[in-house]
Amino acid sequence: MSAASAASARPRERSRIQTKWVTITLFLLPALAIYVLFVLYPVVQAAHYSLYKWDGLQPLNNFIGLQNYADAIQNPIFQGAIANNALIIVLSLLIQIPFSLMLAVLLNRRFPGRAIFRLIFFLPYVLSEAVTGIIFLLMLQSGGSDPFLTALMKNVGLGSFAQDWLGDTGFVMVTLFFIVSWKYFGFHMIILLAGLQGIPREIEEAALIDGAGRWQAFRHVTLPLLGPTLRVSVFLSMIGALQLFDLVWIMTRGGPLDSSDTMAVLMIQAGSYDQKMGYGSALAVILFVLGLILALAYQRFVLSRDLEGGTTAFNG
Amino acid sequence: MKTTFPATAEAPRVTSGTRALRYVQKSSFEILRYVILLFVAAVILTPILFGILGGAKENGQLVGDPVNIIPSPWVFSNYTNVLFGANSGAFYQELLNSVMVAVVAVGLTVGLASLAAFTFARMMFRGREFFYTLFTLGLLFPAAAAILPLVILLREVGLSGSLLGVALPQVAFGFPLTIVILRPFFKSIPTELEDAAKIDGCSTFGFFWRILLPLARPALATVSVLAVVGTWNAFLLPLLVLDNANTWTLPLGAMNFKGQFSSDQALTLAYTVMTAVPAIIFYIFAERQLVSGLTAGSVKG
Repeated sequence: MSAASAASARPRERSRIQTKWVTITLFLLPALAIYVLFVLYPVVQAAHYSLYKWDGLQPLNNFIGLQNYADAIQNPIFQGAIANNALIIVLSLLIQIPFSLMLAVLLNRRFPGRAIFRLIFFLPYVLSEAVTGIIFLLMLQSGGSDPFLTALMKNVGLGSFAQDWLGDTGFVMVTLFFIVSWKYFGFHMIILLAGLQGIPREIEEAALIDGAGRWQAFRHVTLPLLGPTLRVSVFLSMIGALQLFDLVWIMTRGGPLDSSDTMAVLMIQAGSYDQKMGYGSALAVILFVLGLILALAYQRFVLSRDLEGGTTAFNG
Repeated sequence: MKTTFPATAEAPRVTSGTRALRYVQKSSFEILRYVILLFVAAVILTPILFGILGGAKENGQLVGDPVNIIPSPWVFSNYTNVLFGANSGAFYQELLNSVMVAVVAVGLTVGLASLAAFTFARMMFRGREFFYTLFTLGLLFPAAAAILPLVILLREVGLSGSLLGVALPQVAFGFPLTIVILRPFFKSIPTELEDAAKIDGCSTFGFFWRILLPLARPALATVSVLAVVGTWNAFLLPLLVLDNANTWTLPLGAMNFKGQFSSDQALTLAYTVMTAVPAIIFYIFAERQLVSGLTAGSVKG
């Protein structure tokens, strides 16, 4: 290569690098700007507002340090809300996910009607929370005599199990949990079904030929291979339960007597309806931190096993 | 290893007795499968039928004799009221608002996320993984935590009360999942194709627009469908941003209708069901994309 051409290559190289950065900026900046402005900046602002006593309208000048956090943590209503979120998380892990897994297993083989069942089970996922909430509200609570579900149970001889579904402070969270599950089990089922479809059938068949029972083969072969998908499903379920809002707001608004409050419900109530933006922001930060701890701990202790272990079935 | 059953492959002669037993076991398992699935299907469909048929009942029957799920007599005045009568104005206004938010939000989400995912998938630059991680963080924390300051921000920039004020934040919230799904897809398109396009004089944007996007059509359909469902059903953000009834979207409209007509349960059900019809039609046509989207997002994410 002659000296002249090497010298002329350098500015060309430089302009190529410049073009590259112009392209990157033009491609990345719009999405990044919108994301930072509407997602990251508000989270930072929540931390900022949470240090003030503020109604959301007046100038922000009454700095009170961590008082909002102290108020929140000592408030029995907020403690109750955390307990309610925790209850939904626990019930999801104990009931919703195993149930979704069972249905995914039942739908894993080809059989007549499979597509229809899948279509039906997944349908609630596309209905809005508003539609779900209103229909269930009218099924479980009626102006006149027994609501639909109670009357139905009495008709088939299960009347003694009927409850004041949404009016009983001890039962309302259980009712809400089942409605959340009604709406979302199909979502988890679809994810788990996809995971099952990704496991080569030969592996389980090999176990059966080696003399394992159906349950043994499932427990010791299929389930470990399904691990990564199962953990994603569990994680999404926990994050969803942590910020449960729409259905509760539409159906009970936290009642009766604050028995169905969740953290998000109290946050919105304080910030948008009670003119306690500082306090509401503190609740937002607590919600954010709990979510992040959950995510990081989960990634550190549960998801990381997938990277180390040899059972990483899906990494591409 | 201890074997409990004789392995099929090693047993040359299976007695007819065991074969019959297996057959009975197998078919009883099949029956059990259908029993469970039909029961679950009934649990899923009952509320939906309660809504649809309830909208065609008289209030007297709906409240007084709720178990009889078939309307007697059939009344269609509730549905005609929503579609053509007194409440049709509000219904179509809300439908239009929902459509406008969905079109803007989905268009911007998919368009801008594609551009960003392109740089993450096919360009080398300092900070690439940092920015990518920044976007994926959005999948990890509860989005509700950003909502109160977001409403204040919208007020400050003059978007409060407007449909754009609902659409833009939804675009932002839609980015993480969309980018996470699109990036590996864009990556999988062979480099040779890009080199060939460049040699033929294609610019980077030209390659993105004329070659990559058409090839990525299945993935784009998938993320679009996910974005549609997300924005169409959104409740919390519209609740806090849209204070004027003229700007309500369908979920808000349904909730307010319920409050306003609480004594007329049949009419409320009819209205609620009608707000769900677009989503159900959409679902029937887009089920496959929706399923593949969730699968890609969760299994490969």
